[in-house]
Amino acid sequence: MILNASNFVKEVDGVFLFILGISLFLLVLITVLMVVFVIKFNRKRNPRSKNIKGNMALEIIWTVIPTLLVVGMFYYGWYGYKKMTAAPKDSFEINVTGRMWVWEFTYPNGRKTDTLVVPINKPIKLNLNSLDVNHSFFIPAFRIKKDVIPNKNNYLWFISNEVGVYDIACAEYCGLRHSYMYSKLYSLHQNEFEKWYGSVSDTVSLKTGK
Amino acid sequence: MTTLNVPINEGNGNHLDYLHSPKKYKGILNWILSTDHKKIGILYLISMLTFFSVGVFFGFLMRLELISPGKTIMEPQTYNQIFTLHGVIMIFLFIIPGLPAVFGNFFLPIMIGAKDVAFPRLNLFSWWLFITGGLVALISLFLPGGPADTGWTFYIPYSVRTSTNVIPALIGAFILGFSSILTGLNFITTIHRLRAPGMSWFKMPLFVWSLYATGWVQILATPIVGITLLLVAIERWFGVGIFDPSLGGDPILYQHLFWIYSHPAVYIMILPAMGVISEIIPVYARRTIFGYKFIAFSSLAIALFGSLVWAHHMFTVGMSDTAMWIFSLLTFLVAIPSAIKVFNWVSTLYKGSILLEPAMLFALSFIFNFTIGGFTGLMQGALALNIHIHDTSFIVAHFHYVMFGGTGFGIFAALHHWFPKMFGKMYNKKVAKLSWLFLFIGFQLLYFPLFIAGYLGMPRRYYDYLPEFHIWHFISTIGSWILITGLIIMFTNLIIALRKGAKAPANPWGGVTLEWSIQSPPTHENFEVIPVIENEPYDYSHFEEKEEIKN
Ligand SMILES: [Cu+2]
Repeated sequence: MILNASNFVKEVDGVFLFILGISLFLLVLITVLMVVFVIKFNRKRNPRSKNIKGNMALEIIWTVIPTLLVVGMFYYGWYGYKKMTAAPKDSFEINVTGRMWVWEFTYPNGRKTDTLVVPINKPIKLNLNSLDVNHSFFIPAFRIKKDVIPNKNNYLWFISNEVGVYDIACAEYCGLRHSYMYSKLYSLHQNEFEKWYGSVSDTVSLKTGK
Repeated sequence: MTTLNVPINEGNGNHLDYLHSPKKYKGILNWILSTDHKKIGILYLISMLTFFSVGVFFGFLMRLELISPGKTIMEPQTYNQIFTLHGVIMIFLFIIPGLPAVFGNFFLPIMIGAKDVAFPRLNLFSWWLFITGGLVALISLFLPGGPADTGWTFYIPYSVRTSTNVIPALIGAFILGFSSILTGLNFITTIHRLRAPGMSWFKMPLFVWSLYATGWVQILATPIVGITLLLVAIERWFGVGIFDPSLGGDPILYQHLFWIYSHPAVYIMILPAMGVISEIIPVYARRTIFGYKFIAFSSLAIALFGSLVWAHHMFTVGMSDTAMWIFSLLTFLVAIPSAIKVFNWVSTLYKGSILLEPAMLFALSFIFNFTIGGFTGLMQGALALNIHIHDTSFIVAHFHYVMFGGTGFGIFAALHHWFPKMFGKMYNKKVAKLSWLFLFIGFQLLYFPLFIAGYLGMPRRYYDYLPEFHIWHFISTIGSWILITGLIIMFTNLIIALRKGAKAPANPWGGVTLEWSIQSPPTHENFEVIPVIENEPYDYSHFEEKEEIKN
């Protein structure tokens, strides 16, 4: 598995690990407290309870700290997302058409394919359109996804960092063969890509590994 | 001393309970025409658990199909119809009516010292609407074309194009919506008008507070789904383009309207469960609740903020940046009142005198599961991360942790807590604890692997999957078998208790809210004399050990 396949992987995984870390800490804290209290204050050991009605300081602490934490999480997520919408002006644009249950890619020179071939280290912008129902264009390894909706001009963009083959899935339920609406993305070196782009053959010769 | 701690009736059978009180009708008519809130609660319980078992059966079939890649037991079309049915049944016929309609009906009037709800006949009408809506939704099972294959969200344009029977499901949901609105209206009026003398707002049990917050969401949000379905009908019959892009409509508008109702519906599902947990923990910890007012107000805060976050289901449809950050920020803010509740519940254990009865085990596992569901909800609220995990099995795991691990376990907790009061019978506690163990372990095995598969890129609503996801699906299916074993043990235990269980005392757990001061099962009128309330709802300072019946 390639760990840094696109320019968004670090950002998305970073947000994930940030929230995961805080969550694990709090989950362990809550669970350990529950278990300790249940053992320490069980009825045999502690037949008389103490009626504590509340504590203002504690209520303030556990309102303020979670507020700060979630605002931090919000900002981190928003910051990463803003990059996802800002496709550079010099992006290489490819049109993507989704229909039940295949993807079709149309290149600026008119070439049409059923797999996506892109050069690495270059911003790629995909203009998404659907001919029938809602689909969603999803490249798990790149951490990107966008719904593909009839009459709505959605797009997404990315920079592929490493040569390789990646899965493209449909993530919005679209009927009978939804789970088979897969395609492949081939990331090639610039010169390999140009060789392919200029040729008429549809076969992609690919060097995996570096 | 107050009436709160003095049982009005020792439960020695001197007075006829509601199951045996003089009847106007015989046999089943005595039930389906009764306006007694307790009998209506039981009617809901029976119908809801029937729908639940059907939903579980469909879930079991789905998991079986997914145990390995490729075809296992069914064709893709069947799978798509089954996951739709599973969703529709579990959401509209089990989780939404679950706690308010069953336990709210039975206990809300008793907990505030009333003899019934404000509008008993409207209450019975709501149940009839519920049954009618449920049957209409399920009628498609027997029509040519079969049940809908759209998912429970009925997204347009797919739901316009499919040849399966979408319309019965939509009409069913429309009718069920009215049932929900009327129940909410009834409860809110009951809480405003029928509280016993002395029961001020801050002396109400927290379950009542949660039903109050839920009631408002039911009244305000549910009409949206009705309007949406009406618009769908106008579009279909008169060809007016509203949602369908082939008529010039906007499919995103449909998603907005759908979630304006269906997201608040999530809070209709979870709030009453939070109320149940707030009832159960003080009883088995035998002490007052920690932070009563914070728990009460956090219910209102959740209802309010929860109604404003619907578009977080739509972060990948292509919305403006402004809409994106507003909905993301609001989503994060809902986490704060939820966190306040969790911290107050855990603090209620501190210096208690805790007994791990079955209901308490379910309540504590609610906190654990709900916390995981909440944290994974935060992950989805973060925009950059949402883009990756949206519409993957990560989401499936998340909402099952909230809806099943949370509300589902809350329903099981309520069932074990209030069963002796409702039926006057005691179940086998050891078997109940065993069923909890199976349910808890089975649940984790069933849903946790789906988080991992989802993050690795496993989309949801997939009939088939890539070989790399096999291990996670395999563990998940094994988990489903353990979970179902737990369900079978639990329900068998309760059914045996109904038939052969020992007679339950009036107050088996040592509760101090009003329902524990009357006999088990309650009389038709609930109270011989309407009680006068002086104490706070969870006041254990006067609690006398002798009131507790030997376990
Ligand atoms: Cu698709």
